[in-house]
Amino acid sequence: MSHRSFVWLCLLPLAVVTAAFFLLPMARLVVTGAGGPQGLAGYLAILTEPRYRATLINTVLLAAATTIVTLIVATIAGMFLQRHRFPGRAVLIAMLTFPLAFPGVVVGFMIILLAGRQGLIGDFSNRLFGEKLVFAYSIYGLFLGYLYFSIPRVILTIMAAVQKLDAGLEEAARSLGAGPWAVQRDVVLPALAPAFVASGAIAFATAMGAFGTAFTLATNIDVLPMLIYTEFTLAANLSTSAALSVGLGIITWFILALARSFSGSAVAAAG
Amino acid sequence: MSAQAGHGAAVRIDACGKTFADGTRALEPATLDIARGETLVLLGPSGCGKTTMLRIIAGLELPDAGGRVLFDGKDMTPVPIERRNVGMVFQSYALFPNMTVSDNIGYGLKIRGVPSKERAERVAELVALTNISGLENRRINQLSGGQRQRVALARAVAIRPGILLLDEPLTALDAALRDRLRGELNRLLRALGITTIYVTHDQSEAMELGDRVVVMQKGAIAQIGTPREIYFTPRSRFVAEFIGAANIVEATIEDRHLVLPGGRQPIHCDVDMPAVVAMIRPETIRVTSTGSASLSGTIDSISFIGDRQRLVVSGASNRLLTVDAPNTLRTRPGERIGLSISPDAVRLLPPES
Ligand SMILES: Nc1ncnc2c1ncn2[C@@H]1O[C@H](COP(=O)(O)OP(=O)(O)OP(=O)(O)O)[C@@H](O)[C@H]1O
Ligand SMILES: [Mg+2]
Repeated sequence: MSHRSFVWLCLLPLAVVTAAFFLLPMARLVVTGAGGPQGLAGYLAILTEPRYRATLINTVLLAAATTIVTLIVATIAGMFLQRHRFPGRAVLIAMLTFPLAFPGVVVGFMIILLAGRQGLIGDFSNRLFGEKLVFAYSIYGLFLGYLYFSIPRVILTIMAAVQKLDAGLEEAARSLGAGPWAVQRDVVLPALAPAFVASGAIAFATAMGAFGTAFTLATNIDVLPMLIYTEFTLAANLSTSAALSVGLGIITWFILALARSFSGSAVAAAG
Repeated sequence: MSAQAGHGAAVRIDACGKTFADGTRALEPATLDIARGETLVLLGPSGCGKTTMLRIIAGLELPDAGGRVLFDGKDMTPVPIERRNVGMVFQSYALFPNMTVSDNIGYGLKIRGVPSKERAERVAELVALTNISGLENRRINQLSGGQRQRVALARAVAIRPGILLLDEPLTALDAALRDRLRGELNRLLRALGITTIYVTHDQSEAMELGDRVVVMQKGAIAQIGTPREIYFTPRSRFVAEFIGAANIVEATIEDRHLVLPGGRQPIHCDVDMPAVVAMIRPETIRVTSTGSASLSGTIDSISFIGDRQRLVVSGASNRLLTVDAPNTLRTRPGERIGLSISPDAVRLLPPES
């Protein structure tokens, strides 16, 4: 067997899996999306129909906020954890990355325990101000849940990137007169840019499409996955939910591509 | 360029030792004075503490308690590197990959708030000085090793530092380029007149560049002196063997002669001694006929190097003797030859070293 045909043979399983579990259902989804009363125009509904559009904007804002806050929190924490040695560090890292194993349902459950009607925050605010603070069942609860979900993943990526930073670059910047802030701005953050893009993309995509947490918290939160669910199960509106699904995929992909091209120069330079 | 001369600061290292957190003793307490505008080379084998010493001067490493670093008489020990005004060239160059060549060179000036017009002028000046015209807008990963080295130097010099610190700046380059850049670097350092501390493990680099050379051994200073001093009058066997080629012979002294298996070699020493260690450089030994010479031996092997040939001679001393002979000398292995050495060329070393 020639080297070439061997390579092709190895690619066969990949081709089968791709076709069976990816291309065929996707094609079916796309066809179904166009199968409604409006035909292909069903795809535009996600942008033209006011309720859908509002939900889309909501979802994108939620995902963007989650990504930004996650990156800020995880960068500071990851940098500190990677650069300092202190007793209990290993335990802390283990604890921070523990939620990696949780499904969305468990995360939602924990948000209810924290900010629900019987939650800790409510108890606390009740005692302090005589008023119960409850936000678990809203988009704010969902935001908190997504943070909880994304931070561990991003922290791990950032820690690995910080470990690979060239300490010589920071020393060089300092020798040229750069103080701690300037070193972060001019050397550390640019070098971490690829890690930001990679881990930010995962946080963003997760927040766009995650369902379990939202479903656990409430059924009337205005995010796209919930909308698809209600259209599909409650309204039995198969074509709309298919069109919305395809729309969700395309929009997420588009925003990620945009982010990547924006940071592209920084990534290329730091790589 | 004359406008840049005399920017140097005088450096004093006062009882600076370094013990790392894990207990490694990298540097024994050392005291050292470096004059304004001088080029001092720290020379020694790998792991002897050269980089550690350089980093203490830079302010990247604190000396052990009791050690002080002074610039122009001012105690700089607690001052962090960003406020010491030192220019540093790292072995890996540590150029900023997210900036262009000119942004790298101008970075220190930008941090200092120099207006962009003035900055551009200074960058242009340094680009010309270090011979990198045309590369200003390149990224670092688009440069060759030699070009990177020049950019690193330009960046360090741009801030008009009082002291320039270089950690093996040529080691990463191939031999031919290294030789060329060494000459260039030498001229540049002389022209700039900045106090320079240069780390290397290459003795020929040290001798070409240094006004004085500090030879280091296992965290301690073995000898300080001009290149001539450390070459001609090494104070220990370690220094003698580390700087250039050296024959180390063990012998006794009798009546102003070194008594060797191959004969009696006259030397300048009035006292008789039972066991001495002496150094003789290969190029100080002349090949003569057996009759007229004080020493004689048999040629073991000959390597032709080009500008000279290196003979290995047995039977003259207690171990093989290396002799540099003119490249025109006709001889062959197995031949008996006479060796004539001036008494001035024999250097006695402390026996234990
Ligand atoms: N951060 C550190 N922690 C512990 N030991 C260290 C540290 N840095 C250096 N050392 C040790 O201190 C000694 C001197 O190191 P140094 O880097 O000064 O050597 P060097 O002369 O520059 O060697 P080279 O020519 O290989 O660069 C070595 O034994 C090294 O292992
Ligand atoms: Mg070193």
